[in-house]
Amino acid sequence: MSYIVVQDLFYIVFLIALSVPLGIYIDKVMTGQKVFLSRAFAPLENGIYKIMGTRSDEEMGAKKYTLSVLLFSGIGFVFLFLLLLLQGVLPFNPEGIKGISWHLAFNTAASFVTNTNWQAYSGESALSYLSQFLGLTVQNFVSAATGIAVLFALIRGFVLKRQSTIGNFWVDLTRATLYILIPLSFVIAVLLVSQGVVQTFSPYRAVTTLESGAAQTLPLGPAASQIAIKQLGTNGGGFFGMNSAFPFENATPFSNFIEVLSILLIPAALCVSFGKAVKDGRQGRSIYLVMMIFFAVSLVAITACELFTGPGFNGVAASGNMEGKEIIHGVGGSSLWTVVTTAASNGSVNTMHDSLTPLGGMLPMFLMQLGEIVFGGVGSGLYGMLAFVLMTVFIAGLMVGRTPEYLGKKVEPFDMKMVCLIILAPPLLSLLGTAATVLIPAASAWLTNSGAHGFSEILYAFSSLANNNGSAFMGFNANTVYTNVLGGIIMLLVRFIPMAAAIYLAGNMAKKKTVAVSAGTLSTTNGVFVGLLIGIILIIGALSFFPALALGPIADYFTS
Amino acid sequence: MNKNTKILKPALLCFLAMTVLCGIVYTAVVTGVAQLFFPHQANGSVITVTLKNGTTREYGSELIAQKFTKPQYLIGRPDGVTNLSPTGEKEKELVQKRVEWLRSIDPDNRSEIPVDLVTGSGSGVDPNISPAAAEYQAARIAKARNMSADAVRAVIRKYTTGRFLGFLGEPAVNVLKVNLALDGLL
Repeated sequence: MSYIVVQDLFYIVFLIALSVPLGIYIDKVMTGQKVFLSRAFAPLENGIYKIMGTRSDEEMGAKKYTLSVLLFSGIGFVFLFLLLLLQGVLPFNPEGIKGISWHLAFNTAASFVTNTNWQAYSGESALSYLSQFLGLTVQNFVSAATGIAVLFALIRGFVLKRQSTIGNFWVDLTRATLYILIPLSFVIAVLLVSQGVVQTFSPYRAVTTLESGAAQTLPLGPAASQIAIKQLGTNGGGFFGMNSAFPFENATPFSNFIEVLSILLIPAALCVSFGKAVKDGRQGRSIYLVMMIFFAVSLVAITACELFTGPGFNGVAASGNMEGKEIIHGVGGSSLWTVVTTAASNGSVNTMHDSLTPLGGMLPMFLMQLGEIVFGGVGSGLYGMLAFVLMTVFIAGLMVGRTPEYLGKKVEPFDMKMVCLIILAPPLLSLLGTAATVLIPAASAWLTNSGAHGFSEILYAFSSLANNNGSAFMGFNANTVYTNVLGGIIMLLVRFIPMAAAIYLAGNMAKKKTVAVSAGTLSTTNGVFVGLLIGIILIIGALSFFPALALGPIADYFTS
Repeated sequence: MNKNTKILKPALLCFLAMTVLCGIVYTAVVTGVAQLFFPHQANGSVITVTLKNGTTREYGSELIAQKFTKPQYLIGRPDGVTNLSPTGEKEKELVQKRVEWLRSIDPDNRSEIPVDLVTGSGSGVDPNISPAAAEYQAARIAKARNMSADAVRAVIRKYTTGRFLGFLGEPAVNVLKVNLALDGLL
């Protein structure tokens, strides 16, 4: 157990230590300053602008910014959808895999464009190499870059005064991809390959087993390059079906550490970037602290659940719950990953969440249900958290009867409408999706477990879909027309409604003048505010989901 | 040209540029570096053995489990992924069945079975077992092969990996490598 404590502490210290310089770097990149990679990449960057016919100083208002995001994502969606349907007749398909069904293609395209990476298929049996690297890898990059772009549009909204524009989406997207995501992914991909993560275009390899002499097929592919960005961009979609539990995705304790670190790296660094960008480091720190508190408490709780509330079997030595876990990760490494992947809206797994203990499985569910704001998705996590910050400022303002303000900007009715769209879309769609599915008689046939745990499989699925996480209780058979279509629509709504709201919030904020800080201004950097923010997040999350959780994991705990 | 087509053109071209950059160039460069510097790992960590008659044979990947059932081999974790609730009835029955089977091939062994030998892994093809699970089987393997238990333990130790940096992850015994070594192939 002491090893687990040391491992977790090391992880947190290492994460914080890396997030500070990276956060400063990201701020420089996104505010157009020169960085050490500029010399090498600036010609390429300018070349891309030239191809697009855009100028780097061309500014956009909220409407144009939103339209650009939607059109860009729409094109990506159509391209991916067609690629998945037609993969059977396209090259880079050594296993001769056929095109997938229209509803699975719809679901998968929606899933990767929205940074969810929910997967109702197994990569090794359903997708060609071309679909993986030309379709999925690309969306892994650009959906993450889109999140970063929108976050910085929102930050500009706070920083700018009396302006009608909030930046240029094409520039934001290009710079985030070119200077942040590609270089980091390259380093991580090479490190992963060194540990045994596969990276090749050769066909699957047939080998002979030792005891029986039977043939065994080893699935291969250009995996490491995709896995690097899957973690860094909080995407989470596995190259192989069993995701990062599969040894060809995650081969050693070292590869596991790199992957689990890269999941939270950018979301944590963005808190630092935020402080830099608004020229008040304390603002970033208080948000970072709130996220870290949620994260640490969840980590302790799930590790304890997996260690101490596992089942006892006759004649078997008790040493924590190992069902669904790999030896090299054990209870400690699996619990850490589970919290990291659901705190961030990553959704990759190195252990089977369906086989977590009942209360251990409730924690990742609850982290998603909070709205993916405990670090959350790249960019989207922080703009989601900023919506909660505005909500807190607003409620605190109501309590003392003052017009609420944040970073010198008055928070007014239009802003609060946008905040509500950001905050309420995910819980609403999680619960509606769960309720609708429970009502379908056929749904019970899609479950592996029965009773309360079966309900948990459905609740987990829709909490994951409606928060763009993408992990699953994999006992739930997701590849049905119903879940593919409904899930696809939910993922699109819950990604783009809050995203558009965040951009319009930015546009409205940028138009305002700033008001001077006075003695009556609510501080958003002290302990009281941190406590208030935690309270608001918990109240909204707990009130929305406590009844559902009581029917699922809590009932499961008391009845098994 | 109306307003929307004015955005459509850069959107299309931007998507094209990103597809070439992130999909083709990036993937190709990583593959090139991987094949140049880490060809063994990049192609599946396949164990190739040169047999006595001079031919080579690929015995599998050191990262992917194979099924072993005979008493003279180190037995790995149950294959396949169940997604069962660990506290449910189905899981209990399955574990009990595995316990009985392990007892049946090793009737003299009275010690408790390490939990990883009777529970499924996350990948379904976990190539490792815990050192305790290997120790549990050492005497049985020794008896079946007519060798000393210490000799078996020495082979197991040789293919046991520790925690990274001494505290990251868990120690693990590679089942296939131990069995290849026991058969004198490694």
